[in-house]
Amino acid sequence: MEELDSNLANNTSAKKEYRPLQLSGLEPLIITPDSNFVNVGERTNVAGSRKFLRLVKEEKFDEALDIARDQVDGGAQIIDINMDDGLIDGKEAMVRFLNLIVAEPDIARVPIMIDSSKWEIIEAGLQVVQGKCVVNSISLKEGEEQFIDHAKKIKRYGAAVIVMAFDEVGQADNYERRIEIAKRSYDILVDEVKFAPEDIIFDLNIFPVGTGMDEHRKNAIDFIEATRWVKENLPHCSVSGGVSNVSFSFRGNNPVREAMHSVFLYHAIKAGMNMGIVNPALLEVYDEIPKDLLEHVEDVILDRRDDATERLLDFAETVKGSAKTSKVDLSWREESLQSRITHALVKGIDAYVIEDVEEARLASEKPIEVIEGHLMTGMNVVGDLFGSGKMFLPQVVKSARVMKKAVAYLLPYIEEDKSGKRETAGKVLMATVKGDVHDIGKNIVSVVLGCNNYEIVDLGVMVPPEKIIETAKAENVDAIGLSGLITPSLDEMVFLAKEMQRQEFSVPLLIGGATTSKAHTAVKIDPQYMHAVAHVNDASRAVTVVGDLLNKRTRKTYIENLKSEYEVFRNNFGKRSKVKSFLSIEEARENNFKIDWKTSNISKPNKLGIQVLEDFELDKLLDYIDWSPFFRSWDLHGRYPKILEDEVVGEQARSLFADAQVLLKRILDEKLLKAKAIFGLFEANTINSDDIEVKFDENSEEKTIIFRTLRQQLKKHGGKPNFALSDFIAPKETEIQDYMGCFCVTTGFGTQELAAEFEKNLDDYNSIMIKALADRFAEAFAEYLHEKIRKEDWGYASEESLSNEELIKESYKGIRPAPGYPACPDHLEKLTIWELLKVEERIGVKLTESLAMWPAASVSGYYFANPEAKYFGLGKIKEDQVKDFAERKGIEYKKAEKWLNPNIAD
Amino acid sequence: MSKLEELLAEKILILDGAMGTMLQEYKFTEEDFRGDRFKDWPVSVQGNNDLLSITQPEAIAAVHKKYFEAGADIVETNTFSGTTIAMADYKMEELVDELNYESAKIAKQVAIELTEANPKKPKFVAGAMGPTNKTASMSPDVNDPGFRAISFDELRIAYKQQARALIRGGVDILLVETVFDTLNAKAALFAIDELKEELDLDIPVMVSGTITDASGRTLSGQTAEAFLISVSHIPLMSIGFNCALGAKQLTPHLEVLSYKTQYGVSAYPNAGLPNAFGEYDESPSEMAKQTREYLDKSLVNILGGCCGTTPDHIKAIADIAKEYKPRPIKSLQHKKASA
Repeated sequence: MEELDSNLANNTSAKKEYRPLQLSGLEPLIITPDSNFVNVGERTNVAGSRKFLRLVKEEKFDEALDIARDQVDGGAQIIDINMDDGLIDGKEAMVRFLNLIVAEPDIARVPIMIDSSKWEIIEAGLQVVQGKCVVNSISLKEGEEQFIDHAKKIKRYGAAVIVMAFDEVGQADNYERRIEIAKRSYDILVDEVKFAPEDIIFDLNIFPVGTGMDEHRKNAIDFIEATRWVKENLPHCSVSGGVSNVSFSFRGNNPVREAMHSVFLYHAIKAGMNMGIVNPALLEVYDEIPKDLLEHVEDVILDRRDDATERLLDFAETVKGSAKTSKVDLSWREESLQSRITHALVKGIDAYVIEDVEEARLASEKPIEVIEGHLMTGMNVVGDLFGSGKMFLPQVVKSARVMKKAVAYLLPYIEEDKSGKRETAGKVLMATVKGDVHDIGKNIVSVVLGCNNYEIVDLGVMVPPEKIIETAKAENVDAIGLSGLITPSLDEMVFLAKEMQRQEFSVPLLIGGATTSKAHTAVKIDPQYMHAVAHVNDASRAVTVVGDLLNKRTRKTYIENLKSEYEVFRNNFGKRSKVKSFLSIEEARENNFKIDWKTSNISKPNKLGIQVLEDFELDKLLDYIDWSPFFRSWDLHGRYPKILEDEVVGEQARSLFADAQVLLKRILDEKLLKAKAIFGLFEANTINSDDIEVKFDENSEEKTIIFRTLRQQLKKHGGKPNFALSDFIAPKETEIQDYMGCFCVTTGFGTQELAAEFEKNLDDYNSIMIKALADRFAEAFAEYLHEKIRKEDWGYASEESLSNEELIKESYKGIRPAPGYPACPDHLEKLTIWELLKVEERIGVKLTESLAMWPAASVSGYYFANPEAKYFGLGKIKEDQVKDFAERKGIEYKKAEKWLNPNIAD
Repeated sequence: MSKLEELLAEKILILDGAMGTMLQEYKFTEEDFRGDRFKDWPVSVQGNNDLLSITQPEAIAAVHKKYFEAGADIVETNTFSGTTIAMADYKMEELVDELNYESAKIAKQVAIELTEANPKKPKFVAGAMGPTNKTASMSPDVNDPGFRAISFDELRIAYKQQARALIRGGVDILLVETVFDTLNAKAALFAIDELKEELDLDIPVMVSGTITDASGRTLSGQTAEAFLISVSHIPLMSIGFNCALGAKQLTPHLEVLSYKTQYGVSAYPNAGLPNAFGEYDESPSEMAKQTREYLDKSLVNILGGCCGTTPDHIKAIADIAKEYKPRPIKSLQHKKASA
């Protein structure tokens, strides 16, 4: 080796030769000592991006590809792909996603980092990518034999590798261990495996500093010094790491975190770190860090003083404080009238808008000109910024609030001046379909369209088709938008499309909402209506789509293209080559999930029967709130709390979160929402394989009721069972008494009134906010109640102690699946829960004709306590099970088919 | 260093020209392809050139001999489609071992005879491993981009079988050629690397890709440099391009390889671009003139011809190549230094 190096040196120049790390997608990536720091994109990682996880779970691979594309467009030089999640078949998802990426030249141009803790997933990934990838990662954790075996294969597949500083003893957490493991790994790789040293990338573990614990003090400096040692002693290799870890203990204080990242990178890059995951938004320019802050941060990073952490903590308070109390900048008030109005609209500031609008009115000939001139000029700026991704939904909704106030002020003058008639871009009818109560998304779309000068006729929720048709005619609308969140709503939309066709409508039909999809729209709705049908997957697209649909000049071509796009999609959908094979329901039952009932740990609930919680204290739920979905409902994607520091949406997320806290405080102080719950724990046994018989007392009479469960029918590989929820309850023939529970919680009472109050004050922003918060409370209540039941009422997990994060990750024992969700997608069993618990009579939560819960902020489901119970997705089922289900339930096949329709395989 | 590597450091090695073009002159009929042994074969076998190694071995040997006599140092075995995957079209998967073994033996026999006759000019045989007729990183169905007609493992197993039989038949080199999908080539290299370990044999490997059109990319979308990086993990005797383009159009891509790789560089272009009748009609002297540019720029170590080239083309190229020194090869210098 040395001989070779010296020879190379002689051959080329006096300069020590460095062998670059060469990777490839469709194009090369060559990393030399002169290269800038290489940033790895990690949004396509199910552990790093909630959105990506959801898209993969829902098999929305088209949208998942968009995330990959955005990263590459945004400058990621390598994209990390990780599918490690309990609910995903990681190997299949990895292969499928990589196969799709390879077909997208604008993504596939960069090299891919195949990231998994499972070797089989890594190997499956390596088998489908032509370019030279990076494997993330291997280590000596499981010993040399496996390390060598994997390294050898990686070499044969032609990939580079990230080696974690981890060995049989554990993760390297000081300087000596880092270099010990790096050296040992390197020697094995280079000498034994003959791995090209330039293809080795060390991840030397970046750990937090400034935690207050003495053993963490040297975490950063040890990493930096170990990096230096590695680069000096282990020729040609690279060093990588995830930078944000280092400032973990200063979460919430971005000025300090930004400074810490820059200081850390400044020194680590000087020491030789050449690639990693860094959030560019959380990075201050090293030279621009204020001197005092720099000194304090460097003291901590470089461990220069014993009291460095205390001093930085004290100093951090002042940095944080000064950032918070920064003066309100009112210089924009000095500008021209139009600039002030535009500023107010863009920034969503309503404090001065009335006085500005009044000034504009006095200066105009007609009051209508203020709307068409000043205000629309400002809103066009908002529209442009939003369209180009520089503003986010919550900001636009705030802009709309300012706009509404201004318009409301002007209306009396306009009416007085009869000659003025406002020109709008078009009239759009919006409705959540019959049986469905979810309207957050629909309201956001309404507001965004309203901002863009469309007149909105909002019919609210649970709107029967006749009313939609009738209103559309009476109001002579230019487009109809339908929204829905639960699966039965899909059929409602199909029905409405048919009705529109029958009644010879010609206006465009827009489809949106969480259960809708391009596939469903193209395959089921579009063929029913000969005019335009458009699936709008997020609010930000609504304006462009409606604009294109209504623009007189371009709409003909746009609609023709749309129609043919759906037709092509439909044809391809029919021809999907992924042939899935199914078992008959009998075979699936044979292959059920088998629990050894003789040894299984069944615990009897401490308290059997039904209990009601009235007027529950909302404060107790605060700690149980999972905030990530809250941001998602505003089209801000990312995981809380990381999202608050996201490079793109972080600032907006912080502002939205702050507004949420204000309303939250009001809800708690004024007790604006009512939380109620009902639950019951019962003796239960499985009968006939897929049914669960529950015993309960009513009027001191013992009665039984039966829950029908559905069983997976997709043929499984590798001996995996075909699950049904009934598998988690002991069968009657075992003569072992088992138990199950069911529940309903709501925090929705009060929402409607509050939302109406906000709407009356022209405040759509808070109207949407209150609904989003109520939803969060309901989920938190379900989480809280489940924990209480695990620990107290059932008591099978009385020792449990889990953090909120662990709760969100569902680390607890036992499950609480909800009808309408993957394990039991049929909504019909809600009726059984309602009958058993007398939900409506006791806590007032109703079921609509589509079996949605009203108020919307409610959650219902089952409890299963068996330690082996787990969440699963039913997937597609076949007609034989539908028929069997109908017979068991004593309903007509047609009815069963209607309710199970989304799950029936074609 | 092996004999071959020593030679590679000294001179520009000449590879043969097209086998198919030469065989066309024989105007073999379906009966000729079948011979006695396959007269009742259930499907038509005309066009299965690889089969001629069994049914018309003299013709194959004669073509090899012509190329050697024209100045080739290396001939390729008649095994472009010698995998179970490509042979499936003729239902001849069972014959893969025999086809490769026999083809290798025929070529090696000619090489030995000629080397014995003139030991100063040793002759070598490269076992040709074609791309198969399936692609591992592209979907054959434009409407289903995630679909794949073949997997890495299927390719790896098929290539391993072919390589094993070629080695048994006595080839000196394995040549993974006409690579239009890099993933197929990686499966071949994976198989070869496994075999090298199993047989404890350090057989030289050549890889030759094909740039399919003016975009300057492989069919699977890679640039020349990305292609190079993707296959350089296995020690190679040479990397290069063949087929698809004529010598002239290939120049910029060879430049990329030549500047970037530590291995030898090979080029065996077609006899120009196809004319209106789909024929390659660049004359030997025209093609030689084009290859002179490679030599002036010191881009290559191995030169030959692909579609449409004949012994006359090879002779013209060989005559010119004699005037030049080969391009320096870093990997050989390393080997020399550490030896």
